[in-house]
Amino acid sequence: MNKLKLHHKGLYHMICLVVSIATAVIVWSIVSSMPDIGSVIVSPVQVWDALLTNLLSGMLWIHVRDSLFRVVGGFLLGFFLSVPVAFLLGWYEGFRVIVEPWIQFLRTIPPIALIPIVIATFGIGTSAKVAIIFFAVFLTMVITIYQGVKNVDATLIKAARVFDANDAQIFFYVVVPAAIPFILTGVRLGLASALTTLVAAELTGAATGLGTMIQQAGMYFKMDVVLMGILVIGIIGFLFDKLVTFMEKKLTSWQEVK
Amino acid sequence: METGKKGGPEIEIRGVTKSYETREGNFLALEEVNLDVEKNEFICVVGPSGCGKTTLMNIIAGLNPPSTGTVKVRGEVVTGPGKGKGVVFQQYALYPWLTVEKNVEFGLQMKGVEKKKRREIAEKYIKIVGLEKFAKAYPKELSGGMKQRVAIARAYTTGPEVLLMDEPFGALDAQTRAQLQENLLNTWQQEKKTCFFITHDVEEAVLLSTKVIIMSAGPGRIRELVNVELPYPRNQETKLTAKFNELKNQIWNKVYREYLENAK
Repeated sequence: MNKLKLHHKGLYHMICLVVSIATAVIVWSIVSSMPDIGSVIVSPVQVWDALLTNLLSGMLWIHVRDSLFRVVGGFLLGFFLSVPVAFLLGWYEGFRVIVEPWIQFLRTIPPIALIPIVIATFGIGTSAKVAIIFFAVFLTMVITIYQGVKNVDATLIKAARVFDANDAQIFFYVVVPAAIPFILTGVRLGLASALTTLVAAELTGAATGLGTMIQQAGMYFKMDVVLMGILVIGIIGFLFDKLVTFMEKKLTSWQEVK
Repeated sequence: METGKKGGPEIEIRGVTKSYETREGNFLALEEVNLDVEKNEFICVVGPSGCGKTTLMNIIAGLNPPSTGTVKVRGEVVTGPGKGKGVVFQQYALYPWLTVEKNVEFGLQMKGVEKKKRREIAEKYIKIVGLEKFAKAYPKELSGGMKQRVAIARAYTTGPEVLLMDEPFGALDAQTRAQLQENLLNTWQQEKKTCFFITHDVEEAVLLSTKVIIMSAGPGRIRELVNVELPYPRNQETKLTAKFNELKNQIWNKVYREYLENAK
């Protein structure tokens, strides 16, 4: 009985999603059929054709692959650096007073503004793109995870102290597990900011990549390809988000649902 | 001079004051508190809010140092938490990412007790508090009363000589509270400990304790000690006896007087 219900729930969500997508496509079709607008917002059919052409020619795969490499590379670098920095910020007063203002300062700077510096440092190779994406991911994640570390329930730490726990034990047995939900939120926000920074990163000059593809198509006014690129980035983001949601379910099922 | 563990009181509080700096100036939370608690006594502390009950408990626990004065537990001056002082917090303080079993094992784990031994001890106390069926459950699946039972079991595992409890049943409904009181009495009967139990419920204080301490507020002071000469084992039926009600009324009147004084 319960299983049946759950099954129905899944089905229900599926139907809702399909209806939502169908509505979007209909609205899009209507908008694209308007005179004047239609030349910029081209119809779904044209975008579909562009998608098929690029898929069949193999070009789209190359763009997706190269972009994903940059996004995942920048994200992983950002992730592996932001976690320890966030814990240091939350844990060591001395580190916090010096580094926190830097981070607050840096996070208001749009990554695009760094492009000249990045090009001067890394040239226009892959590392330049990874560096810009890393910058965006790192700042987003470090702030989110730091909030989590800072807000660990003080009673949980006291309860461990009562059992003679030392600082290292409190760190690994209390602070780290308590911060896991925040780390996952950080991962979600970090992936999103990696994708949003992608186009900017590819402004440093690249032969391939979804951002490059969009820019080049824009120059030739190939709006079908522009929209197709935007759509593909959106789909990748959606899949990333689903992946993080899945991880959250696995790792933080102990959390009280508020 | 005798400073050893033999003979001396289990908890010895001498001239303890605690003041805080606030925006309005110095706030005196505790003034000249002196108290001896003997081994295996069950002390309940009652008093109006703001009388410094929790502050006093935190000082004994070593979670908060006194401004002046000293606290000795088993003849040793308290300088920090741990070392044979178990604490049960009002907010349960369970680790939400650990199962009941792992929560109960937590203290032993911190002390480096090996896994098998840990499991064994945890099982024993989970059984005492009657949560065998929930050993694999996460805290979110438990009611408030069950969570507090886990916290009590956890406090017992490391075998503390002194057990400090800050209104552990304060947030629970009357039925659960009654059940946990009996559960705690049973646990204490099975394994005697020196208990320091804070409550705002006079009935609870009389039911559980060997001695009730009445505190007054502004500044927090010990006003009176009342011995509770009721035989153990006690249970909810103890509440129906004449002696119980006499003690309860006597203490309640004193606490109420403190409350009125404080409200003035």
